[in-house]
Amino acid sequence: MASFSTNEFKSGLKVLLDGDPCSILENEFVKPGKGQAFNRVKLRNLMNGRVWDRTFKSGESLEAADVMELDMEYLYSDGEFWHFMKTDGSFEQVAADKNAITEAQDWLKEQDAYTVIVWNDAPISVSPPNFVELAVADTDPGLKGDTAQGGTKPATLSSGAQVKVPLFIEIGDVLRVDTRNGEYQNRVKQ
Amino acid sequence: MKDEQWRPSTNKDRLFARADLLKSIRSFFEQRSVLEVETPTLSQATGTDPNLDSITANYQDVQQKEKTLYLQTSPEFAMKRLLADGSGAIFQICKSFRNAEQGARHNPEFTLLEWYQPGYDEHELMNELMLLVQSIYPQDHSIQHVWQKQTYQNLYEQHLGFNPHVIHCEELERLAKKEINIEIKQANKDTWLDLLFSHLIEPHLKEPIFIYDYPVSQSALAATGKNNDGIEIARRFELVIGGMEIANGYFELTDVEEQRRRFSDDQKIRQEQQKTTNPVDGNLLAAMTHGLPSCAGVALGLDRLLMLVSNAQSIDQVLTFPLDRA
Repeated sequence: MASFSTNEFKSGLKVLLDGDPCSILENEFVKPGKGQAFNRVKLRNLMNGRVWDRTFKSGESLEAADVMELDMEYLYSDGEFWHFMKTDGSFEQVAADKNAITEAQDWLKEQDAYTVIVWNDAPISVSPPNFVELAVADTDPGLKGDTAQGGTKPATLSSGAQVKVPLFIEIGDVLRVDTRNGEYQNRVKQ
Repeated sequence: MKDEQWRPSTNKDRLFARADLLKSIRSFFEQRSVLEVETPTLSQATGTDPNLDSITANYQDVQQKEKTLYLQTSPEFAMKRLLADGSGAIFQICKSFRNAEQGARHNPEFTLLEWYQPGYDEHELMNELMLLVQSIYPQDHSIQHVWQKQTYQNLYEQHLGFNPHVIHCEELERLAKKEINIEIKQANKDTWLDLLFSHLIEPHLKEPIFIYDYPVSQSALAATGKNNDGIEIARRFELVIGGMEIANGYFELTDVEEQRRRFSDDQKIRQEQQKTTNPVDGNLLAAMTHGLPSCAGVALGLDRLLMLVSNAQSIDQVLTFPLDRA
């Protein structure tokens, strides 16, 4: 198994820590002139998204995590698993479980592309693109002509996400939404 | 775009600040009749310190024979040879190189100010170092009157509640692991002390402070002595300002036999840690056999002093072209 020494630590590197794949966020080199050097490292645990602070003696190494970030197309859910297909022409499929889908669950639309992190051939997390376009499944009736005022109302999108939308939005409208903060961006002309 | 790769990572103000700093230092030593010298950056031998790694260079002599040379981690050995030859008080401002050191306070190539005062002990040199640092600040700056001086032992007692000279390694490990989330395979007592210092003590040392009387296991090239409790200590000191180590000095070891022992102890540690062992500097040993005068010496990180003077958060802000742009 490949491993990385603290000297090679850099942002984005994937390593195994306490058995979990982690992505290095920050690596601070700390060294007294005549003493032992350390690396103070911030890592994101890719299994649960938690950020860890960990100090290592410089020169020691961590095992590399066999982690890949893939763009995959969402196919369907069978209730237990969410199925994705590689976009590289291989038609290879993977099935993400409840834990892996958490972040993307509210923003799923068939045939859209998602970033799937695969560890030892199993998906461990799925991230939606920063912006998605989804249809409004339910909302209070729109107020005709009210396109200028600032008021909002709740709307449920086809994926199940709840977003605040302007009053003129109607059922069936397709909206562009920022998945990072769940904010409505604009109505998409069909 | 200001962060284009070809541009310096420093700015014009700091370029001028560096020039001013160099001028002030030279004027300080001129007034004190300390001679400015130059010694080689590229040498046939290097230090043995297990925590310092040299950058090597492949040299080809006129017969095309290859030879490994070393970029100096500090000018210490060469300057001691000058002292042994009777130079008297000397200082040097030079580039030094340390392998695998890069971060907010480290660049593998950096500038050291190093000087030696024959006849001084470490306390006299600490005083001179304080005067030097004060001389580069304005008269009304707070740095003119907030200096502290504390033994290594007092510092650990005050911040962490134990005596570092007598505490056992297992106890230290327990304390360190309680406070710091650490992943470590191989550690000795000094590793734990360094870890606690860098994580829990140094960040709090904002005002200028001299730390002195180090554990003998951290003597490096300092003479040893006994403190008031009769505990053997290294006559070594460090200056920390703004939570950052600025300088490291010694009442210098002059005993050549002890020097030989330390070199060989270092080599053993390097072997245990599976690091490369470099040839011991025979010229330094010969000079010390001839006789190094009783003296104190100190090395000061000039880039870091400039970081302080110019309020820089990272060493890159005071360097023209740090390694990634060099």
